Amino acid sequence: MTIRAVETWTLEPLTTYVSEAGARLVLLMTPAGQVLAQSGFSRAVDVMAASALGAAIVASTSELARLMSQPPFAGLSHQGQRNGIFLSAFATDRGPLVVLVVYELDASSLGLVQLFLEQLVADLRAASPKTGVPKQVLAADFERELNDSLNSLFGR
Amino acid sequence: MVVSRSDGLVVAEQLMEGIKGSAVAALASSLAGRLQRAMVSAGLGSSQFWHLQCDQGALLVVPAGAEAGLLLVAVTEADVNVGLVRLELLRAAETAG
Repeated sequence: MTIRAVETWTLEPLTTYVSEAGARLVLLMTPAGQVLAQSGFSRAVDVMAASALGAAIVASTSELARLMSQPPFAGLSHQGQRNGIFLSAFATDRGPLVVLVVYELDASSLGLVQLFLEQLVADLRAASPKTGVPKQVLAADFERELNDSLNSLFGR
Repeated sequence: MVVSRSDGLVVAEQLMEGIKGSAVAALASSLAGRLQRAMVSAGLGSSQFWHLQCDQGALLVVPAGAEAGLLLVAVTEADVNVGLVRLELLRAAETAG
């Protein structure tokens, strides 16, 4: 299983998680869809699509929770016939992060994914850098940064 | 405790303090899946009862419910009467089925 990270502090916690939870695909990103690390993806286009869709789900469920005057949902699970998807958002010193996990029902389960997620969150919180001054993102830099990130995520 | 076999989540539990039900449920259901595959591969059919003896206790599991969609899991002390627990688990499994 290939695990790649744009931010290297995420690598060790993510490697442990993938191994223990038996996850097929994992995407660690910000709520805006900026990918920090990925495991199991083989094509950049899949990472871009999954991160955009995952971020959209987090945004829409957070808004639903807000409409109900509830705190944002801690996790979202969708189980199909052969695969399950689990999406969870949590806070770190680096800022809020989102993890998207795809698991095969033959190899893992929602219980395992949730159980080891607690450890992943604790490990990421322990490893995350303290928040610095937010860097201003210019439109001109955006495409270059996106390409740099995708190159890092696929070892190019 | 009663555990959903397919997703490893707790359905009902009554546990001693210090036992993390969600962890036991997730790991027991994972073990159930692997043992089931091993038994089918060995041509032994479906499992009916497992007894995992450890230094400080034991884990006893019986599949239950329609098409064994549930697991009845007992976490016991090391010196428990395993036969009695097994009997009660099988009785409970019949009721759940």
